[in-house]
Amino acid sequence: MKPHTLSILVENKAGVLSRVTGLFSRRGFNIESLAVGSCEEPGMSRITIVVIGDDEKIEQVMKQLNKLIDIIKVSDLTENERVERELALIKVTAEQGTSRAEIMQVASIFRAQIVDVGAKSVILQVIGDTEKIDALEKLLRQYGVKEFVRTGTIGILRGSKTVTRGK
Amino acid sequence: MKTGAKILVESLQREGVEIIFGYPGGVVLPIYDELYDSSLRHILVRHEQAAAHAADGYARASGRVGVCLATSGPGACNLVTGIATAYMDSVPLVALTGQVPTNLLGNDAFQESDITGITMPITKHNYLVKDTADLGRVVKEAFYIAGTGRPGPVLIDIPKDVSTKVIKEPPVPEKVILRGYNPTYRGHKRQIEKALQLITAAERPVIYAGGGVILSNASVELVDFATQLGIPIATTLMGIGCIPGDHPLNLGMLGMHGTEYANFAITESDVLFSIGVRFDDRVTGKTNTFAPHAKIIHIDIDPAEIGKNKRVDVPVVGDVKAVLQDMLSMLKKNGLKDTWLKKIKHWKQHHPLKCPQDGRLHPQFVIRQMSELLQGDAIIVSEVGQNQMWTAQHYCFKHPRTWITSGGLGTMGYGLPAAMGAHFARPDLPVFDVAGDGSIQMNIQEFGTISHNKIPVKIAILNNRFLGMVRQWQELFYDRRYSFTELPPVEFVKIANAYGIEGVKVESPDGVMSAIRAALDCDGPFVMDFRIEREENVFPMVPAGAAINEMIGGHPK
Repeated sequence: MKPHTLSILVENKAGVLSRVTGLFSRRGFNIESLAVGSCEEPGMSRITIVVIGDDEKIEQVMKQLNKLIDIIKVSDLTENERVERELALIKVTAEQGTSRAEIMQVASIFRAQIVDVGAKSVILQVIGDTEKIDALEKLLRQYGVKEFVRTGTIGILRGSKTVTRGK
Repeated sequence: MKTGAKILVESLQREGVEIIFGYPGGVVLPIYDELYDSSLRHILVRHEQAAAHAADGYARASGRVGVCLATSGPGACNLVTGIATAYMDSVPLVALTGQVPTNLLGNDAFQESDITGITMPITKHNYLVKDTADLGRVVKEAFYIAGTGRPGPVLIDIPKDVSTKVIKEPPVPEKVILRGYNPTYRGHKRQIEKALQLITAAERPVIYAGGGVILSNASVELVDFATQLGIPIATTLMGIGCIPGDHPLNLGMLGMHGTEYANFAITESDVLFSIGVRFDDRVTGKTNTFAPHAKIIHIDIDPAEIGKNKRVDVPVVGDVKAVLQDMLSMLKKNGLKDTWLKKIKHWKQHHPLKCPQDGRLHPQFVIRQMSELLQGDAIIVSEVGQNQMWTAQHYCFKHPRTWITSGGLGTMGYGLPAAMGAHFARPDLPVFDVAGDGSIQMNIQEFGTISHNKIPVKIAILNNRFLGMVRQWQELFYDRRYSFTELPPVEFVKIANAYGIEGVKVESPDGVMSAIRAALDCDGPFVMDFRIEREENVFPMVPAGAAINEMIGGHPK
């Protein structure tokens, strides 16, 4: 059982996302994260879903996804060399003084940016893979994380291989 | 310039639709107004569920796409069981529903329900048409999706203003092109070769044939292949009819209520050639003891069925007919497996299905009498439960598409409306609905439809005043605690008479044949109320979760 990142090319039509997520829930698969957006092909979107399961289960998910009429292509990025990123915004309690300085130090180690500063808090923006963001959030907890927002993972294959419609 | 309703009706005619089963209502008024002087035949049912089942029965008997029509809200929701039934058994269906006008969508308007949302998990695809200009294309796509690849139901939801709007009709594309839908028909050559090698080298091969064989019209190829190599065929409930019941290689049905010899043969097989099947739990019993010594070959048009429930050694993705044709063309003469066939013959002789003969009225006897009189030249539809299993076991089917039953979903109330649909598909054949007294009462209002339209469906009710299959499980596994399974007596002939339908009550074995004859001789519909032994069980039986060779109610080994 390990996380698989599925890259799904779909028709950009109403209801496609609910067809995809509905399939996951009724077949008993858990979505760990989800990201949707437009892509290089007009009229299509790309959905990136992280799902945890053994290889047989993932194969069945992919086959079931392929049966949906509005789905054009499904790939498991996990089988290949890839780049995966997510972005998080973290609002941390930061009174003026030592704690604020410490937070800024932690941020620079993680190459996070301070994108907003308030009287009693700061907002950090960080980009990285899931573990990096988890690690930063854990570290910041001692100062008080007031709010934590993250996008789903997105991923892309390394090299010239692509997840596109093919010929 | 045309209204959406006119475009819809013309699109249906372009697809070759000859009959629609439906029920009118508020938001489909524009469509019904268009149907009023159209050449399309419309059958008014008494409940929308029956419209879906009738379209389904029509599709199964004819191999063409069935069509049903209902209004929004309750009308559409009443189709749901029928659509789910068709989805589970891969039946090509186009369900048309009315919807509230687009400006009211999502407003909880009168008779509004989100039917595309509701049917998402039980349709192959569905559409909510928001622009009249899309109607022609959507209908074309819907029929294409429903009838190709692994068939299934497609729903088209049409808001009232989309039906009434007048537009200049845009040209409909000649060919349907869907970027995300390209079914594979031809099997991979190397996989086919591997499969053939395995089968010809086998010592104890068995074919496990299912509904996919019927759907792809591949019965001739299947029987040809099996006969050339001398391989016995066990069929699933949905596969019945793909090989004549009296063919020496036929093992009958396998699984929970399968024949002992089919289940023995599967268990001892060394190669299991699975064709158009899905390794359902009612077939396999405990999956790891199903065909435990066999290498498994699996042909299916749906790649998602391969390896879903059981590991497969040689998968072949493709249309059953195309793959079998390729196999036949590559087949080299090979000796028959004499020892294996002898063993199977021995099992068949010593473990036949039982039909008690003690002077009382047993359901198995009723089915066998029907079989003897009809000689396979009829369409037999069933309800769900004991009536269905006794028919599957004891009726000798000779042709594909003459056995119509709700397999996957197991929908009680399916039989009568499906029989109506089957009649319009094959008016040349008598149509019988084998029912129980429980299931017939789930759609008994359709007596109105068959009477009104003079649909000559013959209804054989195996009346035991129980919800028989559930009672059987209570007897065997719940210490005979018959919790809510006993039904009070009903005089079905009187109900039939009230609708203007003839009928006869039969209480002893001597009355059976004459009742079936009377039904056949009657021009219109006819009801036979067979008062059978009340606590008759369907045997043999594999208890849920057991291995399929561990049957109860069979012969001593």
